[in-house]
Amino acid sequence: MSATGIGAAVRRKEDHRFITGQGRYTDDVNRPGQAYAYFLRSPHAHAKIKSIDTKAAAGMPGVLGIFTGADLAADKIGGLICGWMIHNKDGSPMRAGPHPALAQGKVRYVGDHVAVVVAETLAQARDAAEAIAVDYQELPAVVDTATAIGAKTVVHDEAPDNSVFNWHLGDKDATEKAFQAARHVTKLDLVNNRLVPNAMEPRAAVGDYDAGEGIFTLYTTSQNPHVARLVLSAFIGIAPENKLRVIAPDVGGGFGSKIFIYAEETVCVWAAKKVGRPVKWTADRTEAFLSDAHGRDHVTHAELATDAEGRILGMRVKTTANLGAYLSTFASSVPTYLYAPLLSGQYDIPAIYCEVDAVYTNTAPVDAYRGAGRPEATFVVERLVEVTARQLGKDPAKFRMQNYIKKFPHQTPVIMMYDTGNYGASLKKALEIIDYKGLGKRKRDSARNGKLRGIGFSSYIEACGIAPSAAVGSLGAGVGLWESAEVRVNPIGTVEVLTGSHSHGQGHETTFAQLVSDRLGIPIDNVSIVHGDTDKVQMGMGTYGSRSGAVGMSAIFKALDKVIAKGKKVAAHVLEADEADIDFADGHFSVKGTDRKLDFGSCALQAYVAHKFNGQELEPGLKEGAFYDPTNFTFPAGVHICEVEIDPDTGVTRIERWAAVDDFGNVINPMIVEGQVHGGIAQGVGQALLEGARYNADGQLVTASFMDYTMPRADDLPSFDVGMTVTPCPSNPLGIKGCGEAGAIASPPAVINAITDALGHEDIAMPATPQAVWRAAQKSISRQAAE
Amino acid sequence: MYAFTYHKPTSARQAATLLAKKDDAKLLAGGHTLLPTMKQRLASPSALVDLGACADLKGIVLKGRNVVIGAMTTHAEVADSAVVQAAIPALAYLAGSIGDPHVRHRGTIGGSVANNDPAADYPAALLALGATVVTNKRKLTAEEFFTGLYETALEEGEIITKVSFPLVSKAGYAKFRNPASRYAMVGVFVAKRGSEIRVAVTGAGEGGVFRWPEAEAALKARFAPKSLDGLKHTAKGINGDIHADAEYRAHLIGVMARQAVAQATGK
Amino acid sequence: MATVSLTVNGKAVTANIDPRTLLVQFLRENLRLTGTHVGCDTSQCGACLVHLDGKAVKSCTILAVSVDGASVTTIEGLANGDKLHPMQEAFREHHGLQCGFCTPGMIMSAVDMVNRRGNDLDEKTIREDLDGNICRCTGYHNIVKAISAGAEAMAGGSLKDREAPRHAAE
Repeated sequence: MSATGIGAAVRRKEDHRFITGQGRYTDDVNRPGQAYAYFLRSPHAHAKIKSIDTKAAAGMPGVLGIFTGADLAADKIGGLICGWMIHNKDGSPMRAGPHPALAQGKVRYVGDHVAVVVAETLAQARDAAEAIAVDYQELPAVVDTATAIGAKTVVHDEAPDNSVFNWHLGDKDATEKAFQAARHVTKLDLVNNRLVPNAMEPRAAVGDYDAGEGIFTLYTTSQNPHVARLVLSAFIGIAPENKLRVIAPDVGGGFGSKIFIYAEETVCVWAAKKVGRPVKWTADRTEAFLSDAHGRDHVTHAELATDAEGRILGMRVKTTANLGAYLSTFASSVPTYLYAPLLSGQYDIPAIYCEVDAVYTNTAPVDAYRGAGRPEATFVVERLVEVTARQLGKDPAKFRMQNYIKKFPHQTPVIMMYDTGNYGASLKKALEIIDYKGLGKRKRDSARNGKLRGIGFSSYIEACGIAPSAAVGSLGAGVGLWESAEVRVNPIGTVEVLTGSHSHGQGHETTFAQLVSDRLGIPIDNVSIVHGDTDKVQMGMGTYGSRSGAVGMSAIFKALDKVIAKGKKVAAHVLEADEADIDFADGHFSVKGTDRKLDFGSCALQAYVAHKFNGQELEPGLKEGAFYDPTNFTFPAGVHICEVEIDPDTGVTRIERWAAVDDFGNVINPMIVEGQVHGGIAQGVGQALLEGARYNADGQLVTASFMDYTMPRADDLPSFDVGMTVTPCPSNPLGIKGCGEAGAIASPPAVINAITDALGHEDIAMPATPQAVWRAAQKSISRQAAE
Repeated sequence: MYAFTYHKPTSARQAATLLAKKDDAKLLAGGHTLLPTMKQRLASPSALVDLGACADLKGIVLKGRNVVIGAMTTHAEVADSAVVQAAIPALAYLAGSIGDPHVRHRGTIGGSVANNDPAADYPAALLALGATVVTNKRKLTAEEFFTGLYETALEEGEIITKVSFPLVSKAGYAKFRNPASRYAMVGVFVAKRGSEIRVAVTGAGEGGVFRWPEAEAALKARFAPKSLDGLKHTAKGINGDIHADAEYRAHLIGVMARQAVAQATGK
Repeated sequence: MATVSLTVNGKAVTANIDPRTLLVQFLRENLRLTGTHVGCDTSQCGACLVHLDGKAVKSCTILAVSVDGASVTTIEGLANGDKLHPMQEAFREHHGLQCGFCTPGMIMSAVDMVNRRGNDLDEKTIREDLDGNICRCTGYHNIVKAISAGAEAMAGGSLKDREAPRHAAE
């Protein structure tokens, strides 16, 4: 392993600009003559718009334009789309209502976009927005996930009972039979709490229009600028793709929330032409709370059947998923194909049946948030398994070991074909790290101090590296999920790699360069990674679902193979040898069995000067592209163990220890991978202990700032003990599985299993706030007193 | 923010004159409540009178049996003050627990007291220590000064100049932070001066800071955490929100009171 | 309009501004020092931290006119020319950043922490003192490590983990 190659903890190339304040985020972009947009948002969760009077506002100082849904419609600007078609159990398509970028006749959640004011300054735009008179006829709101279906209030006429779809997966009859044969059935009612992604950089957009060329440019906080261009072009109708450039510069975190194509960026780029000026919008934090797509929000009843020996026989799950007021870009895929296919977890479960009701409510749209469906599935599986072990009187580690899948490949009853893994190895290592043997003593020590200590396990699996295009196409995806790469070798041997992946914290500029440095044997500083600009980079699919390593780097790998193959041809001419006799290793082309060789840079120069070969038989130049379409999902898996101590007097839960052992396949940069694990765990701990988006019965978001929505802070978290096991992924050339979401998927059930272990009963929901834990602890104490 | 005119007097007297002249003017101290409110357009003063240059409003001195703190003294200055640390360590501790380090560099005792946020820390200290709020017009006891949620006895044109804290023999402060905002969800300040015991509670009361007479009586017998064992505050009059309902807050009052006494007694 | 004169990163600047201009707006929009960020509206996230006369403050909650005459240091002014500040170096060395958005505020907070509390910072102190800085990416694990190492480096010591510790006999 070289100091900068695959497997090395290379310090990040991108860091210099961030630590010196030279990062360039969307809000840092300022175009000459730039104006500012302010969105007038609905104060009501549900209302008819009887009229909008903009007359007074239009005459206010600095106002350049005020636009409503009618203006968009007049310009034939289409609504926002949901790109994944889900079919109901009966085969009919899901029921989707229209999603205009600016409201047309009705508002459906607090924060819904009513009008936009463009003015010389932001303050002037806001002043004018306050002068717009909107006559609302308020309607009752439907807010609650569990009772949305059949509620009196209807969010969209297209879905008269608020049901977007009623979908299922698995073999119902086989599952019924498994339950009939069961010795023991565990039943749980679970709520997966609604979360707000809260990337620290709020969403922003700058729209620009070049009237001479007829070209629109949109700077936007996107995880996938090409997908944004595709949607804005082909579906929304801003401009043809060759007349629309989308740039996602430095992006300050995404976690899924910046995958989607939103109203604000659509309106900014469209309005730039309307007012003839660049138009900038940046969300303030409350706007982000109101209008970013939220995550999770499931209500589930789940059951697990086991036989007399404690073997798992079957699982059945009924989930209601809240998709909010409109279907966001990938909303429908999250509680379906990103959820139910993971319900087998790491276990050999012969029969699984899952039914999902997706509902409309008068709340912000819900879509993918770190893990997207997989945390929800893992929470169901790992709570069920933990509680089953407890009810059967079995050690939860042993019970897991007993039921783990041990032979690969393994076909689950819910689509997935797990290719490889060694779940027992991860569990063993995690037990060592956490010192499971010493737990009894630690529990006694805590008890002596009046505290309750508990341990919680989570054996998670996820399907990443999304995804084989044909497979997702057959499941309803509107796009293919391959990735692209172009490797441009310059005449002196430096390299630019253009990737369709997008980095917003993942460190691609480093890890992708490590791959190139490793494969081409050139210094890492000679490699630049280019991403995030549709004018520079060929079509690509972007970064989400832990796919950039497994899919994005595989595309680069493929392109590098082509570069090396072409280099061999060039070298053969230069070294006057047969192409078949040329080897490439350690940055040199050499002739087998001789000491004749050509370094990579010289080869590049020869490729461009083209003096040594005939242009008819070999093209000059050294530049290759590749599209990589995976052949299977990848299956990162691991075991996280959390140990907590609860103060029953205050209800405060402290995480005392955290052991994470993950199998991500081969690792390019362990430092970056561990960082991804840390961040994922923090978000999962946030879900388990701290975070929860709360709407009141009127549909007002009562957690709309950091004053009310609890973000994990440094003193809420411990340091994490991270270990790894490796079974290389067999389906991609680098053996990578992906690591971006694992922590967020693994951690919530680990925390809740630890708390319930400490409490001695299962009656606690997420987030397990001090108040909730205090109340649950009182229950434990009164139960103990009664016994 | 809405537009306003900006004024920066160099003395409390000048500030008072400006305040009297401008309709709907507001005083700007550290600004850590007022500016966020103005950013949200929930406040729209026509003029701001910035007290930042009023040297006569700053400083900490021990005057006889009192620690006197100028209104524009920041939380960090109180927390780090050798005078306060020696005279009333619990007050220095409280100041050092407000907000975060950066907020403490700007936020002031005068601003905090004048705002009387029900989740602020200082009101508990003022009430428990029997402090006097000195304004450009008069002197008020803490009981007289704090009149309700975000309400004080301050009249139009009146400016807090300093707060005077009489020395006590023992004092302690404990708070349970709101998990999101980190303001006091429940904060209890206990103080003992001779045989007089005061227990003041912030963060919890529907009407803002208040005293807990039952705890004071219990501690009078013996000033020790154990004296409060089994003593529960009623949930009546205690506020509730998504983070803590009245019952839980009431429970925490007892827990924090015991911790505060433990701190005061070094146990 | 009001006139404000400041020393920013060692340079004198004077501007005529609307009194409602926040310090962060003044830095970002008037001076185009965009390293200072805005991540919330409630003075909690700390992305906007700068040093005002040597003390870390939240520039989103200060009027620029209020600090007339003061000296401001932003993330852009922390390095000494091409030589990074030890705390900047420590954040890179210990992977204390991912998306980079909270990073300028984190680093300014960390330097302030050392100024207030000295160079020997334990994990508990660092975590509690980061009360006013929110990061969504790192889980704070590596930020805590970076600050501990950066604090030590600010005393002139070498960064932890960078070189193997030498034995006294060597």
